[in-house]
Amino acid sequence: MAVTVKIPAQLRIVTDDEGEIEVDGATVGDALEAVFDRHEDLRERITENGDLRRFVNVYVGGEDIRFKDGLETEISDGDEVQILPAVAGG
Amino acid sequence: MGLESLRCKECGAEYPLDARYVCEQCFGPLEVGYDLSGLDAAETKRKIQAGSRGIWRYSDFLPFEGGPPASRGPLEPGLTPLIRTDRLAERLGLREVWVKNDAANPTHSFKDRVVGVALAKARELGFETVACASTGNLANAVAAHAAAAGLDSYVFVPCDLEEQKLLATAVYGTTLVGVRGTYDDVNRLCTQLSETRGWAFVNVNLRPYYAEGSKTLAYETVEQLGWAMPDRVVCPIASGSLFTKLGRGFNEWRGLGLVDGELPRFNGAQATGCDPVAEAFGAGNETCLPRQDPDTIAKSLAIGNPADGPYALELARSSGGGIDSVTDAEIREGIRLLAETTGVFTETAGGVTTAVLAKLAKRGDISPDERVVVYITGEGLKTLEATRELFEMHEIEPTLEGFETVVEGDRAAAATGTAS
Repeated sequence: MAVTVKIPAQLRIVTDDEGEIEVDGATVGDALEAVFDRHEDLRERITENGDLRRFVNVYVGGEDIRFKDGLETEISDGDEVQILPAVAGG
Repeated sequence: MGLESLRCKECGAEYPLDARYVCEQCFGPLEVGYDLSGLDAAETKRKIQAGSRGIWRYSDFLPFEGGPPASRGPLEPGLTPLIRTDRLAERLGLREVWVKNDAANPTHSFKDRVVGVALAKARELGFETVACASTGNLANAVAAHAAAAGLDSYVFVPCDLEEQKLLATAVYGTTLVGVRGTYDDVNRLCTQLSETRGWAFVNVNLRPYYAEGSKTLAYETVEQLGWAMPDRVVCPIASGSLFTKLGRGFNEWRGLGLVDGELPRFNGAQATGCDPVAEAFGAGNETCLPRQDPDTIAKSLAIGNPADGPYALELARSSGGGIDSVTDAEIREGIRLLAETTGVFTETAGGVTTAVLAKLAKRGDISPDERVVVYITGEGLKTLEATRELFEMHEIEPTLEGFETVVEGDRAAAATGTAS
């Protein structure tokens, strides 16, 4: 499945300024692994012991993956996987 | 002495004091770091007492150099009444209850404090447009303070907010954007927009500065209690920012010796229709599972994905307090209880806070000798609909007979417990 992973501005220092990365994968976890393969420094910034850090939000098609199956959430061709900071608002 | 840097609350990484809010190392939230070690307690106290009649008297503890910033706007929030409410205390079987009525601010909520700070910082950093994601009170404050300061503004809210809050935002001439979705949807949209628009989103890219404004509620509490600490505070939780910044404010002043005593016990208040922090507290979790579809009359607290949730949990636990939630019916009763015993009419968020106070008292969590401060963060006229079914009017003909039979008759029947 070809999906687009959208990288927030604060993390583009480790993606050579790339804001949108096209990768393949069947789940959100797969897609993120594929991004980490290309930009290894991203891994430790948003994950810890294989899980997302607590201030990281990930959305598929606008929906928080915690309302689905987390990193196991399945993705379809053309989906947008968006990473955003969880520290705004209120 | 003074301002140092922005610091990550998670990993401690430091950043320059510009418009940013996320740690690039670990994605944690940034907070303003100060060096307060050079402040002398007695001199600081004198300076505060000789200062302005609002939040700028606490400038040494706000994110600006050299006193009240020249960039501050004309609407100064703060120094709202702290009222000893013996009738409320008596009703609940408590000894000493104080109500901090923060509805007595320029746009009638505590949000004037954070916006006062954020707009001064926005102007200092050279922004010409300010914006926010809001559940209503922040919308009012951003629109008003931007108008007063001559800044352009965009205000994003869920489109199903209370009409009073929409009207009291739009009247200031802002660009009001009603988003079809929850507050969390609005927040996500604003987080995305903040990347590409050159605007100061007060609670996104300026959030580290904005949040500092809430500390002034702690400072005022100490000052108004005669430079003393409360034993317990009861405070609403939406994102958890106000709750945690109250803790920071008290701790800063304890550290400097401006006040003696332990940190108060922190009790957080949420509505059961959106209580991710109370739920995590009850379950013993360190993080909050977001709520997808908030459903409560306390719309100003309806944040399903609270940014400071983990820190609010830490503070409630470490201070020996707790976090509770109350139903819509209890919220309405809370509004009525506060109004009937104190003369303060609060919005639904204050109903949540008062209802949680009542719940703690009933459960016996508050010992009789405690001094409790309750934070009433907004005005009842902003959520009138919530009180509609609480009262009835005696409608009569304009005659003495009408008054005697209907009004006096009803009151006599009520007194004897019979139906009229």
